[in-house]
Amino acid sequence: MSDLAAATKTHFPLLARDVYGKQIVYLDSAATSQKPQVVLDAMDAYYRTANANVHRGAYHIADIATQAMEEARAKLQHFIGAASPREIIFCRNATEAVNLVAHSWGRSNLREGDAVLLTHMEHHANIVPWHMLAAERGIELRWLPLDDDGRLDLRHLDRLLDGVRLVAFSAMSNVLGTIPPIRRIADAAHERGAVVLLDGAQYVPHVPTDVTELGCDFLAFSGHKMCGPTGIGVLWGREKLLEAMPPFMGGGEMILNVTTEGFLPNELPWKFEAGTPAIAEVVGLGAAVDYLRGIGMEAVRRHDTSLTAYALRTLTERHGDVLTIHGPPEPAARGGVLSFEYGDVHAHDISQVLDTHAVCVRAGHHCAKPLMRCLGVVATARASVYIYNDTADIDQLSEALDRVGDLFGPQ
Amino acid sequence: MPGLEDLYREIVLDHYRNPRNRGELPCPPATRAEGFNPLCGDEVVVYTDLADGVVRDVRVGGQGCSISQSTASMMSVAVKGRSLEEVEKLERSFKAMMSIVTDGGEVAPPVDLGDLEALRGVVKFPVRIKCATLCWNTLTESLRDQP
Repeated sequence: MSDLAAATKTHFPLLARDVYGKQIVYLDSAATSQKPQVVLDAMDAYYRTANANVHRGAYHIADIATQAMEEARAKLQHFIGAASPREIIFCRNATEAVNLVAHSWGRSNLREGDAVLLTHMEHHANIVPWHMLAAERGIELRWLPLDDDGRLDLRHLDRLLDGVRLVAFSAMSNVLGTIPPIRRIADAAHERGAVVLLDGAQYVPHVPTDVTELGCDFLAFSGHKMCGPTGIGVLWGREKLLEAMPPFMGGGEMILNVTTEGFLPNELPWKFEAGTPAIAEVVGLGAAVDYLRGIGMEAVRRHDTSLTAYALRTLTERHGDVLTIHGPPEPAARGGVLSFEYGDVHAHDISQVLDTHAVCVRAGHHCAKPLMRCLGVVATARASVYIYNDTADIDQLSEALDRVGDLFGPQ
Repeated sequence: MPGLEDLYREIVLDHYRNPRNRGELPCPPATRAEGFNPLCGDEVVVYTDLADGVVRDVRVGGQGCSISQSTASMMSVAVKGRSLEEVEKLERSFKAMMSIVTDGGEVAPPVDLGDLEALRGVVKFPVRIKCATLCWNTLTESLRDQP
């Protein structure tokens, strides 16, 4: 298990730094992953040797920049098994991708009385855009509940799907790590004629992804959680759906022609990419995809799963009943995201104490307040792993948790 | 590195474990205000009963981290029985201790902050300053809503 981390840890310059004189233990990759040297180099090289605006200018470096961008698009296409590069829309992040669907597909397809089905484990990015649309269009939002182990409760799926035009749900919870039965939900939705949007922000960086196997119609994900830079993400959509959708934002690059009377939108994918894109970030994300493919996504998933199993086992053994870990107990049913409570100590205090041991975890509601309410908590602490974490990181976390007990335990 | 002992002073942990003036007040005559820290989900509810410009009674509810809840407890002790003018001085003085400049930068009045002095170390942990000021902003809101 630790073999992968032993090989990859040295690829990430930040992981060599210390914090307060201690080796950093980075356990917050669900928030953002660290970046390997190859990604930093690719972006640096782009700026040093090929910086020019894309899809305009007939000079040499403009051509190189345009090619670099479109090559990266093709890499993303193959990474998720998409049929065509026209289906890969670059946007800022998964949040913008969901907003694009809500704004463009939602406004042209949803009418008053239509329903959108979400789940109780959604990130705010897959809740608020639909609240905004509901307020504007009078659509109904419905919610798939969770069972006591943090799995989606699908017993009433058929009833809930009645009148639903869109099912939008997370492929991996950013709080519980839960991986729902994606294909089953997608098939049930399609039987009712509904469209399926997957929030893949946590899933795509960690699990081999093939949009055909998943059976979804849209997939949203961010580059910065998969070794890529911030500010770049992807919306994948079925070409037929994307073709029928109106543009999202207006501006340069997204047009074929503009007159004083109106405009003619560009072809896919540029129709949805108004303005100068984040070219260096696209190049960086392309390098991140190369890096992950070099490791192999099956190997990434195996590593995550066995490290998660180790964490669940050792943390429970050492801390017993004081520690509550949310989410499905079987590592195979979840990703490497562990939300936990330590006694009645608030997550912010846990994280503060862990920080003095150079252990970085997230504390708060994780942009999932409806889920926090379901769990009956205001906040949790969350440790999340990736390819560069090993059992020693988990041991450090476990040891540092003892200090939380020392400070806040019963007096 | 600032030490945890700068943040989690014994008196702070005491107010966290044994919060003073915890509870609710009937509204009216009291007024109620809610404050949220979107960063970590902390919630503070402040009830104030104001009569003749004096905070006759105050109660605090909500849930959150040790800093947000202990500050609310200490604040309730500090403002109870004080005039609006005194409360305002306390708030400005406390925020100055958190290195937050109010009212165009004038120097905060020298006021005895009592137990609240124990929170001086919070300023070394910038992320936690919001936890310590949440209840003060909520208090201000509840006093502004007085009939």
